[in-house]
Amino acid sequence: MGAQKKSGARVSEDPDELVRVPLQAVLLADSFTTKFRPITLERPKVLLPLVNVPMINYTLTWLESAGVEEVFVFCCSHSKQVISYLEKSEWLSQPNFTVTTVESQNSVSAGDALRVIYERNVIHGDFVLISGDTVSNMSLTQALLEHKERKKKDSNAVMTMVIKRSKPNPAIHQSRLGTDELFMAIDPNTKQLLYYEDRADQSKGTLHLDKSLLADNPSLSLHHDKQDCYIDICSPEVLSLFTDNFDYQHLRRHFVKGLLLDDIMGYKIFVHEIHSDYAARIDNFRSYDTVSKDIIHRWTYPLVPDVMNFGDTATKLERQGIYRASEISQSQSAVIGPFTVIGSGTKIGHNTKILNSVIGEGCKIGSNVIIEGCYIWDNISIEDGCKLQHAIVCDGVIIKSGAVLEPGVILSFKVVVGPEFVVPPYSNVSLLQQPIEEDSDEELEYADSTSVIGSQVDKSDVEIASKVLETHFSPASELGMGGAGHVWSTCEGSHEEEWRHSVAPIPKDKVMEAIKTMKDDLENDDSFLPPSGELKPNSNYSDDDDHEDSRDDSYYFEKEVEATFLRAVHENIQESHLILEINSLKLSYNKLAADCAGAVFSAMMKYALDTPHSSADVLLQNVQAVFTKWKKALTSYLTDIDEQIEVILKFEEICEESAKEFAPLFTRILHYLYNEDVVEEDAILSWEAELKDADEADKVFVKQAQKLIQWLKEAPEEDDDDEE
Amino acid sequence: MPDVQALVNDFVNLLKKRRIEGSQATAKQTAVLLRSVISQQRVPHTNQATVLINAVRAVGEQIIDVNPIELAVGNIVRRVLHIIREEDLSLVTDAVAGLGMFAGSDDEDDVERDDYPALSAASVAAAARSTSRPPSLQTLLEDVTDSAVVPPTPSSGGDSEGISRTLEKGSSGRKFKHDVIEAVNELIQDITSCHEQIAEQAVEHIHQNEVILTLGSSKTVLEFLCAAKEKKRSFKVVVAEGAPRYQGQVLAKELAARGIQTTVIADSATFAMISQVNMVIVGAHAVMANGGVIAPIGLHMVALAAQRHAVPFVVLAGSHKLCPLYPHNPQVLLTELRSPSELLDFGEFSDLMDSATGSGSLHVVNPAFDYVPPNLVSLFITDTGGHNPSYMYRLIADYYSADDLVVKQRPTTGS
Repeated sequence: MGAQKKSGARVSEDPDELVRVPLQAVLLADSFTTKFRPITLERPKVLLPLVNVPMINYTLTWLESAGVEEVFVFCCSHSKQVISYLEKSEWLSQPNFTVTTVESQNSVSAGDALRVIYERNVIHGDFVLISGDTVSNMSLTQALLEHKERKKKDSNAVMTMVIKRSKPNPAIHQSRLGTDELFMAIDPNTKQLLYYEDRADQSKGTLHLDKSLLADNPSLSLHHDKQDCYIDICSPEVLSLFTDNFDYQHLRRHFVKGLLLDDIMGYKIFVHEIHSDYAARIDNFRSYDTVSKDIIHRWTYPLVPDVMNFGDTATKLERQGIYRASEISQSQSAVIGPFTVIGSGTKIGHNTKILNSVIGEGCKIGSNVIIEGCYIWDNISIEDGCKLQHAIVCDGVIIKSGAVLEPGVILSFKVVVGPEFVVPPYSNVSLLQQPIEEDSDEELEYADSTSVIGSQVDKSDVEIASKVLETHFSPASELGMGGAGHVWSTCEGSHEEEWRHSVAPIPKDKVMEAIKTMKDDLENDDSFLPPSGELKPNSNYSDDDDHEDSRDDSYYFEKEVEATFLRAVHENIQESHLILEINSLKLSYNKLAADCAGAVFSAMMKYALDTPHSSADVLLQNVQAVFTKWKKALTSYLTDIDEQIEVILKFEEICEESAKEFAPLFTRILHYLYNEDVVEEDAILSWEAELKDADEADKVFVKQAQKLIQWLKEAPEEDDDDEE
Repeated sequence: MPDVQALVNDFVNLLKKRRIEGSQATAKQTAVLLRSVISQQRVPHTNQATVLINAVRAVGEQIIDVNPIELAVGNIVRRVLHIIREEDLSLVTDAVAGLGMFAGSDDEDDVERDDYPALSAASVAAAARSTSRPPSLQTLLEDVTDSAVVPPTPSSGGDSEGISRTLEKGSSGRKFKHDVIEAVNELIQDITSCHEQIAEQAVEHIHQNEVILTLGSSKTVLEFLCAAKEKKRSFKVVVAEGAPRYQGQVLAKELAARGIQTTVIADSATFAMISQVNMVIVGAHAVMANGGVIAPIGLHMVALAAQRHAVPFVVLAGSHKLCPLYPHNPQVLLTELRSPSELLDFGEFSDLMDSATGSGSLHVVNPAFDYVPPNLVSLFITDTGGHNPSYMYRLIADYYSADDLVVKQRPTTGS
C-alpha cells in the first residue's frame, strides 16, 4: 500500500522530468500581523483552534493530501509552542510526508522568512508557499501542471497565484473574509497577472492602470470579484528574488507589486482560478468567523469536523448540521440550534440555548445561558444566566453568573469576568497589559517593535501571566467584582476597523449607512466604479502618482527635459552627457524617441526665446546660435521621418500657443532647419500632406510655408546638387 | 508487527482523507491489507485460528470506524474472519475424520446444514477436540464455485494430503495459514471479477426491445448492459443524469459509444419517463441485512416511481457489498454530506452566505447516499445469482459468522 500511496502522490509530478524532485512547501507559521491581538500575545495564530482543531492542522492536512512531500514550517513568534505542538502531533511521523521546522527569532516579515529559507538552501524545485492559517481542499495537480508547462515555455514565469471567485459586498467594499476589495487585471488568454491592487479603504472608483498595459496586451480583463487565496506555487527563483531585493517584506504589497511594476527582469506571475474547490485564508476575526461557518457548512469537505478528527474523540454529524463529540452531558431542556459544534466532555445546563456556535472541549456551561454565534474554546466555565453574543472566548476563561458579552468581544486566555458585568462591544480583554508601542496600523504590521514584544512574551509568558494574576485580582478590577484582565483601548484609526474585522456581524446601521453612501455615490459621482468598470487609462503609476495627476505626465516629462537642457547649457555639460540624461528620462517616463525629439526641440526654442532679443531677426539669430551648439542633442532622436514630423508639429504648436513671437519666423526657421539637416524634405512634405485635410485654422503655418514647400517640390531632382 | 501497523496506518489515512472511495476499491484494498496482516502474523502450534482471528479483529477495529459509510471495510473484515473460522473447521474435520476434502464434497447438497449455526472460537476449539464436523455451507459453496469456475487443480487434492501430512508432522501452522491466505486470495479474486460474474446473468434479465432505466453511473450496470449487448440483445437505455455529480452523463457516453441506444433525462423527469420503461437497473453502494439498499442519491425517488408503475426495480451488487448489519437511522448515519460546491458555485452565491452582513441565510446540503427500503426492491442480482430482498439474511448467514457481527469485542468507551 505504500507503493499505492506513492503513486497517488506522484500524479502531480511531471512525467517528463528525469530527476524527480519531491514537491516541497514552505508553510509560514506566523502571519507577521497583529490582527489577532491580544490572543496572539500568548499563543501563535496557527495554533488557535478553528472549529476545535488548531489551524495549522488544516493547512498540513491539505498539503499532505495535495501530494506535497516535504514541508518546511517556518516558526517565528512563539516558535517554541509551534515546535512542541508539532512534536507532540502525529505530523512528524507520517510516511511520505516530512515536516521540518525552521526557527528564526528575528524575522519580522514574510520576506525575511523566505530569505532565511533561501539561506538554508533546502528548496530544490517548485514549491508551494502558504501560510499556516489557510484552509483549502483544492487539488494542486492542475495548477502545478500549468505552472510547470509555463515554466518550460517561459523561464520567467516564476509564480502561480491561486484565486477564487467571491463577490465582495458592494456596500462596504470588503469581501466576506473581511479583506479589502481586490482589483486584478488578468490577461484572459495567458492568465498572466498584470495588475494587483488591494486597496485600502479609499475605494472611490478610480483605478490607475499603466497605459502600456493596455497597449501591450491585446485583451485584458479586470476583476474585482476575485479573492486571493494566498496559495502560491513558486519556482525557486522566488527565493533568490527575495534575497536580491532585501527590501521586500510583504508577499503581496512588495513582492507581487514589485514584480509587476519592474519589467526589467521580466518576471511574470500567473493566476490559477479554482471553481468548485475551497480556499481561504484567515486574516482577521471576521474571516475566522466566516471560514468556521464554511467548515461547518461543509464547503471544505473533507476537512470537516466529522471526517477530520485529530486526537481520539470522534465527532458525529447529526441532523441540521449539529456536530457532537462524545461524552457530552446535556440537560433535557437545553436547546442546541443548527450548525453548532460541541466538543467532548462539555456539560450544558438547563434551559441553555446554543445557536450557531462552536464550543470546545471540557467546557462547563450553566443554566439559562444564551450563546449565539460564539467561539468558545476549551475548558471555559460559563456560570448561570450569562449571555454571549458573537464573541471569541479563549481557553480557561471564567465568566461569572449574569455577565453579558456584547457582540465583537474577544476574551483572551484565563480572563475572569465578574458577575453581572457587561463587557462592551468590540472590547479586547487580556490578562496582559496592552503593549505601549502597540500600533495596530496595518501598514506597520511588520515593524520591528511589535515582533520583539511577541518574542519577549514568548519567553516569559507564564511569569507575566501569573504576575498579572496576582496584581490584578483586586476586588474591583476593570471587569467587575473578582474579575481579572485589562480592557485594551482601541487605538485611533482602528475604530473604523473594529466592526469591519470583528467576529460580530456588521451592525445593521453600518450596513445601511454604507448602502446609503454607495447610492449617493452612484447618483452624484460618475466616478463610482461599476463592476464592469469604466477605465481611465493612465500613462503610468509611479510612486509620485499620488500627488500629481499622471495624465499630465507628458507635461512633466517636457519640464524635466527642459530643466535638463537648461542645466546643460548653463553648466556647459557635454552633448553626449545631455543625451544620456535625456535617454534616462525617456526610460523612466516610458517615452518614445519622437516625444524626446519634441521635448528637446521645444526646450531649445524656449531657451532661444528666453535669451534677450530686441527684434525678430535677433531671435532668429538666437535660434541659429542654439542650434549650432546643440543640434546633436536633437538629431540623435531624429532617426526617422516620424520624429522629424513630430518636431515640425511641435514647432507649430509652440508658435500657436506658447511663443507667438516665433509665428512670423516659422518659414524662416523651418528653412533653416531644413538647411541644417534637422528635418528632411520628405518630413516637410508629409507634414504638409498630413495637414491637407485639416481645418483651415490649422493650416495657417502650412500656408506660410507654402513657398518653401513649393520650392522643395519643384526642385526635387537638383535637390542634392543645389544644396548650399 | 511494525510493518503491518504501518500498512494499517496508511490505509486508515487513505480512508480518512477519502482517498479510497467506492465499495469495490475499498473492499479490495481491505482484503489485500488483511492478507498481509495474516501472512505476517506468527502462528503458534495450537489455537492458530484464535490467534489469526484476534489479529484480524484488532486491525478491523482500527479500520472499520474510520469512514463509517464505507461499509465494505467491515464486510471484508467479517468475511476474512469467517474464512479463518471455516478453514479451521475444515482442518479440524479433515484431521479428525482423516478424510480429505473429498468426503466434505460428498455433502455438497446437504440441505439441512444450510443454517448450521456458526461457531464461536471457543466452540471451534472444542469441536477440534471432540468430534468431526462437516464443513458448513460456505466451504461447500466455495468448493462449488471452485469447481465451477476453475477446473479442479491437482493442488486441491494435494491440499488434503498436505494437511494430513503436516498434521502428522505436528507443524500444521504454516499449512493452515497458507490455506487461509489462499481463501483470502480467492476472495480478492471474487471482488475483482464480480462485475463479470454479474454481467454473465445479463441475458437472463434483459429481453429483446426492452427499455431500461438507470440513474447515475455504476461500473456494474455498465458491464451488465454491455454484456447483454454483446449477446445481440437490442434494447434501449434511459439514463437519469444523477445530479449533482452528473455521473449519468458519463455513463450515457460510454453506452452510446458501445452502440446502445441511449437517452439522457434529468433526474426530475424520472417519474414522467417511468411509464415507458420495462425495468429499472441500478447499482448500489451497500446492501443491508434487511434487504435495504444504500445507493447514490436520487434512487429512492426512482424506486418509488418504479413501484407506482409496477416496474421491476433491480439492484446489482457484488457480494462484497452485502453488509450483515441492519440499518439504523440510515438517513443520518449511513450517508455522507459532501461539499455543497457540487451544487452551487461558491463564488456566485458568496454574498448570500456572508454572515457578516446578516444575510448568511443560505445553506446547502449535499448528501451522497439514499436509503431505499427493501419493499421497493424487486430483485438483487449478485455474483451468485438473483435473490429476493427477503432472502438477504440467508446470504448473509452464508457469508458471515454470527460471532463477527460485532467486531469490537472489548467493552468500548462510548459508541
